[in-house]
Amino acid sequence: MAQDSSEIRYLTPPTVEIKKKKYCRFRKNRIKYIDYKDPEFLKKFLNEQGKILPRRLTGTSLKYQRKVAVAVKRARHLALLPYVTDMLK
Amino acid sequence: MRNSILSFAVDQKLYTFAVDFLNPLKVIYMLNQYETVFIATPVLSESQMKEAVSKFKKYITDNNGEIVHEEDWGLKKLAYPIQKKSTGFYHLIEFRAEPQVISGLETEYRRDERIIRFLTMKMEKYAVAYSEKKRAKKASEIKQEEE
Repeated sequence: MAQDSSEIRYLTPPTVEIKKKKYCRFRKNRIKYIDYKDPEFLKKFLNEQGKILPRRLTGTSLKYQRKVAVAVKRARHLALLPYVTDMLK
Repeated sequence: MRNSILSFAVDQKLYTFAVDFLNPLKVIYMLNQYETVFIATPVLSESQMKEAVSKFKKYITDNNGEIVHEEDWGLKKLAYPIQKKSTGFYHLIEFRAEPQVISGLETEYRRDERIIRFLTMKMEKYAVAYSEKKRAKKASEIKQEEE
């Protein structure tokens, strides 16, 4: 039996996923200030419903995630971004 | 110091005198830089809009504020309706002023029926640097176009 299991043949060779390491775009590009007046840029951190994406998906560092959140909320207040929506992208 | 702050609204000159008097080391008071954006109703005519803008600018300068920059974004579509309106005139003013000015300015906004939304924010050093950079970039672009 042990011999059989070692001789398993795949129809398609299994691809070993190489995880691409996420990085914080603000740290990498040395962006110190996140502008709330630029809704197009802020949309990168929102999902289709206009919700703020978590850090685990965007890779943003905690320091800048907080700033992103504040900027998004300011933009929402000024009706530059919607509070609730569907199909934002 | 406390009393001088309270008298600020009453007498601006007395306040500045008191600050000088109580400040023997002559520490230069750095005024905070603020940025305020307001949305006016789309029903206004151009002259009415200009009048509203000059009213708030006057409020800032009357209270020893200094206007750094001004931007008119014009009529923009709102992301969601505010007071059943789907568009609005956006206007941005960057200014340096005493912190006490802000509450008064926001009261003015609330009293004014033409203003449907406003946001005032204190600019930290990176925000100031960012807006200065943005302005310089814009100025150089205009220059290039002229050439």
